[in-house]
Amino acid sequence: MPWTRDQMAERAAAELEDGMYVNLGIGIPTLVANYVGDKDITLQSENGMLGMGPFPYEGEEDPDLINAGKQTITELRRTAYFDSATSFAMIRGGKIAAAILGAMEVDEKGDLANWMIPGKLVKGMGGAMDLVAGVGRVIVVMDHANKHGESKVLKECTLPLTGKGVVDRIITNLAVLDVVEGGLKLVELAPDVTEEDVRAVTEATLVD
Amino acid sequence: MKKVYESASSALDGVLHDGMLIAAGGFGLCGIPELLLSAIKDAGTRDLTFASNNAGVDDFGIGILLQTRQVKKMISSYVGENAEFMRQYLSGELDLEFNPQGTLAERMRAGGAGIPGFYTKTGVGTVVAEGKPHMDFDGETYVMERGIVADLAIVKAWKADPTGNAIFRKTARNFNVPAATCGKICVMEVEEIVEPGTLDPDHIHLPGIYVHRLIQGQHEKRIEQRTTRPRAA
Repeated sequence: MPWTRDQMAERAAAELEDGMYVNLGIGIPTLVANYVGDKDITLQSENGMLGMGPFPYEGEEDPDLINAGKQTITELRRTAYFDSATSFAMIRGGKIAAAILGAMEVDEKGDLANWMIPGKLVKGMGGAMDLVAGVGRVIVVMDHANKHGESKVLKECTLPLTGKGVVDRIITNLAVLDVVEGGLKLVELAPDVTEEDVRAVTEATLVD
Repeated sequence: MKKVYESASSALDGVLHDGMLIAAGGFGLCGIPELLLSAIKDAGTRDLTFASNNAGVDDFGIGILLQTRQVKKMISSYVGENAEFMRQYLSGELDLEFNPQGTLAERMRAGGAGIPGFYTKTGVGTVVAEGKPHMDFDGETYVMERGIVADLAIVKAWKADPTGNAIFRKTARNFNVPAATCGKICVMEVEEIVEPGTLDPDHIHLPGIYVHRLIQGQHEKRIEQRTTRPRAA
């Protein structure tokens, strides 16, 4: 059985260690916050906040308190606010231990594409290029194949890149893969998924 | 020198001209200088270039200046919430320079700090680095980005004293600090101008040296995505 969205988020949460400062992207990565359990994790929101809390109760929304997805959120007892230059100084400066983010394509050299499809509406990269260039560890969470069954784990990305050689680990609905010398290394399989199942939808070189 | 003005339009008197570069604070609709944007619309200044993380929505923020065709170019990291923006961009009426969000913030910070350029790893190997000088430091490749010095900065703070010492509230600080510092002239709107001595000097987020003109006004502070959680029963 491939992992569901929530199970992928739970698996990604297992990557996080006590004391880490972490930035979560939009989509499945946002769900990771639900699975950190007792670990002492501080979430960064790149619009200028460390210590991001959950959504507010209805009626308690504050227009001055939003996350990087422009959603209303809350603060915690540990929260600190700062300006955007300071926020990206801590990202670029390697102070954020990990970023967990989605992708359209990844490849065996650790290249990542997640911001632009030529010919379609282009919204912008936001902070994704800064995050993948700066944080300690980049973990991608995505489906292994697109809805046509075509691999998203490629020899070489075809879409415009977000970062070159930036991905450390890929968590898909089928498996966990690490970017290593010469290709991708299979680290873990989802329950009842075989290596053959993974190979069938992986264009990238798998190495031992 | 008196910094406090009566209205947004009087605070902008004499500083607007066609074709100018304006750095604007705000992230999404959070902490945007909504009163000054509205006054620029009324002034009718044209061919504007905005360095601003976002372009507002169709009827709020910079979006109101897109409707009146006053914007020639945006320097932004994300413009996804604005249909009129997309229409003008796809039809070639509007120029767009995408900057990674942190690069845009640092370009403003650097420009305000007298640093004409800096090297960053962000964007190396991607389209944003094409045609820009590269340099290796300690075995890693970096791309050079330019500091931004804007003709005018427009920002929004929570409270300020009459000398322009300002504090911001929660995540509404965002681009307002770097944008303020990179303007040759900075005009700031606040929710409240307080008596001198009211703000703790240890808690000032933006020292008044960066602020040339100041207004107080009523802010709509629109919410872009209202997300909530259910109360426990």
